[in-house]
Amino acid sequence: MRGDGKTKDLIPLLEMRGIQKRFPGVLALDGVDLSLCSGEVIALLGENGAGKSTLIKMLGGAHQPDAGEIRIDGKVVEIHSAAAARRNGIAVIYQEFNLVPGLTVAENLFLGRETTRFGLVDHRAERKLAIEWLQRIGLDIDPDRPCGDLTVAQQQAVEIAKALSFDARILVMDEPSAVLTEQEVERLFEVVRDLRSSGIGIIYISHRLDEVDALADRLLVLRDGCPVGEGIVSETTRNELIEMMVGRPLEDEFPARDVETGKERLRVDGLNRGRSVRDVSFSVKAGEIVGFSGLVGAGRTETMRLIAGADRRDSGEIWIDGELIDYRSPRDAIAAGVCLLSEDRKGEGLVLGHSASDNFGLPNLRRFSRAGWLDEASERAEFNRYAKQLALRISGPEQTVRELSGGNQQKVVLAKWLARNANVILFDEPTRGIDVGAKFEIYQLMNQLAAEGKAIIMVSSELPEILGMSDRILVMREGCLVGEIENTPETTQEDVLELAMNQNAAA
Amino acid sequence: MKKYLINYGMVLVLIALCALFSLLTLKREGATSAAAAGRLAGEIAAQYEPTDLIFVVGAGKKDSETFANLASEFLEDASFSRVEKVVGSPRDLRQAWDSAKAGDTLPKVIIVSGDVGKWTVLRSLRQDAVDLEIVMPRERLVSDFLKRTNLLAVVDRIVVIAVIAIGMTLVILTGGIDLSVGSLLALSAVIATLVMKAMGGLEAGWEVVLSGFVIATLCCGLIGGVGGFLVAQFRVAPFITTLAIMMITRGAAFMLTGGFSIYQVPESLTWLGQGTSFGVPNTVIVLIVLYTTAHIFMSHTRFGRYIYAVGGNEEAARLSGVPVKAVVIFVYLVGGLCAGFGGCIQASQLNSGAPNLGTMFELYVIAAVVVGGTSLSGGSGKIVGTLIGAFIISVIQNGMNLLGFGSYLQQVVLGAVILFAVLLDKARQRGSVKT
Repeated sequence: MRGDGKTKDLIPLLEMRGIQKRFPGVLALDGVDLSLCSGEVIALLGENGAGKSTLIKMLGGAHQPDAGEIRIDGKVVEIHSAAAARRNGIAVIYQEFNLVPGLTVAENLFLGRETTRFGLVDHRAERKLAIEWLQRIGLDIDPDRPCGDLTVAQQQAVEIAKALSFDARILVMDEPSAVLTEQEVERLFEVVRDLRSSGIGIIYISHRLDEVDALADRLLVLRDGCPVGEGIVSETTRNELIEMMVGRPLEDEFPARDVETGKERLRVDGLNRGRSVRDVSFSVKAGEIVGFSGLVGAGRTETMRLIAGADRRDSGEIWIDGELIDYRSPRDAIAAGVCLLSEDRKGEGLVLGHSASDNFGLPNLRRFSRAGWLDEASERAEFNRYAKQLALRISGPEQTVRELSGGNQQKVVLAKWLARNANVILFDEPTRGIDVGAKFEIYQLMNQLAAEGKAIIMVSSELPEILGMSDRILVMREGCLVGEIENTPETTQEDVLELAMNQNAAA
Repeated sequence: MKKYLINYGMVLVLIALCALFSLLTLKREGATSAAAAGRLAGEIAAQYEPTDLIFVVGAGKKDSETFANLASEFLEDASFSRVEKVVGSPRDLRQAWDSAKAGDTLPKVIIVSGDVGKWTVLRSLRQDAVDLEIVMPRERLVSDFLKRTNLLAVVDRIVVIAVIAIGMTLVILTGGIDLSVGSLLALSAVIATLVMKAMGGLEAGWEVVLSGFVIATLCCGLIGGVGGFLVAQFRVAPFITTLAIMMITRGAAFMLTGGFSIYQVPESLTWLGQGTSFGVPNTVIVLIVLYTTAHIFMSHTRFGRYIYAVGGNEEAARLSGVPVKAVVIFVYLVGGLCAGFGGCIQASQLNSGAPNLGTMFELYVIAAVVVGGTSLSGGSGKIVGTLIGAFIISVIQNGMNLLGFGSYLQQVVLGAVILFAVLLDKARQRGSVKT
């Protein structure tokens, strides 16, 4: 079957040429070409932030390219909205489903194009058609059930059925297997193969390389918004693939540092929370930077949130400086000397509508107040001191943080936690959405903190960053710690990626 | 500049409204008024000798007579010995003139009130004495709106809503809402007056009034705190929680009194809502004290900052170690206390307590807060803004009353003002994102 696509090359269903997209400060996509034929599955690969999502959002009508063109059946089209995508026969299934949980399966399938008789919704006709569509992908569920009651796999299938009901000829799936169990993945594969043989062109995004082997005809690898490799799946080895994905040479983007570790600062024992964190145990010494690697959804952020008291743990012990701490809220954790720089800067790190100095002061108000009365002068003075140290570009302490760039926002978050003088600092994706210069400054700061004897954990999805910064690397997969690597100059990205992705090797 | 305009736009709106109503309620007035009498008499006293004969004439009507009395009193005080006051009809004036003529000294000047100035007899008097001067007060323009009594009415009308709006501002700043304040007001008024009735009724002294106020206010604070606890601990939507409390407390207020009003209250109850201290109405003092305290609390204390942070981004605040639950409970508790104290003021203004007080007040209070520029999504707003918002509402109502607008039209206008305020808020949010 594989490679059959070649014979159908004469009728390119979808062609994207020279696609470019610029976001403020970032070139998200640059010169991407992609062509998809009827009855073909293309695997779209790349690290987080490589531009895959941006690319498929263009097909879904959420973004428009700044340059380049999209052709369907050889005709140039402009996709300005989800409706336009639908008219052009494109269906995108995002990781977040577009289903209304309270409505039934049938109602969801017909949302926005209800069948009516005499102005009233014709439930019977809708039901009948819904069953028909569901059966096309072999799904046997009651169309009267609310979507919220379905399993994730079933919801996904409803999404596919919905796509087909619009006569989609191009189906884009964003990591469809990430949320499924193994059997469910098998089921999904069958559906995808069926669709392929019925002539639908499919773009399939995945992190799992064995899926690419099992499903795709051709592949396209993106890195930093550029196409870095493409080929026929059957002719590409796994190692070639991994190299294409991570192949960035390690430059001097990380400041050097002498490591001198001291006593154990943080020890985590048997940490559990639901399915997202399972029996995680590790420890971090003073002066040490520990990198947490793993795929999105592996449970790294969740682990950090437990340590910072942001979520309640089901079980597990947290020791700080040799003392068992039983805390229940971030307030307690902060008091115990733990702080978390959240990956979601805007949602969890900052009060966007408030001024930089207000944000800076928030965890430190005890220091900047006497008997409840704010000492705003000392707060501002301290803020200015940190602003200077971190080279914060800001018009003044009163500036609203919403108006700052990503890098400067991150520096405000850094400043507010540095002023706390915590001994255990958890950095969750500290450099996401930050330009190269600011990144280096943040790395330097982390090194300096480590040198001061703090224990530092850095969660990052960027392998070069993990390799460049950490003394030790802990790898998580599906909520479990699956490996620990002493970071030496010989350690490669492949080593880490193998641990993070290779689920079959572990089974 | 634009930023300041947006931030303080509501002050300008209030000033514009006051100017508008001042102009629209302007009236010609003063030809017979007391102030005019004093002024005129003063001018005459400066021009003439104390020994000159002076007539002061007023018509036999109330204000005209007062005018004459005041003017002559003023002159006599200024040691004019030959002032003759004539009050009555033109014939009385002619008689007085004739008898003066018989005594061979004609008056040098005649002071007349506005209405006397139209008498034809004055013209014939002038033919008798060529150098006779007749002075009459000029008409003046006076605005009904700007009269002291009216301005005090504006305050009186809004004081209860403004006091409750302090608590509501805190609640809304955290992103919540409190619908129970109107009912709490009634409950407070009822509890306060019931306590006073039980502790001696009409005969009781001020300390009974005070204990009634304290007990009622604390009860409402407790109820507010319980609501806050439900919101904070069980994450029940504030709208639903306070809606339920609104119904419960309203019902309780009716049950406590059996549906009747309570009039057996001590005399000193009226001190708070109707009395004055140092010449200033106590309600005005209450407003100044409470708003100053609240403003300082919100802008200069740690807890005030926490309240803003919880409303601005609850999760970020929690992760920064802000005791979010305590903050939420606190704001509803303060909301209850303010509503309770508002009920005490209302009871004092009416000199009674009734279970049907404060109906719909929650909506006026929310309107005052929103018009004052506090965002319903929480995190931004100023206490002073709420005071301005309350005054805007009161000024609009008062002004329209003066102009004789019906209450139905008043509601329409008030609704339009609220919409305008919300749109301004949206414009402000967009503005801050852009810049």
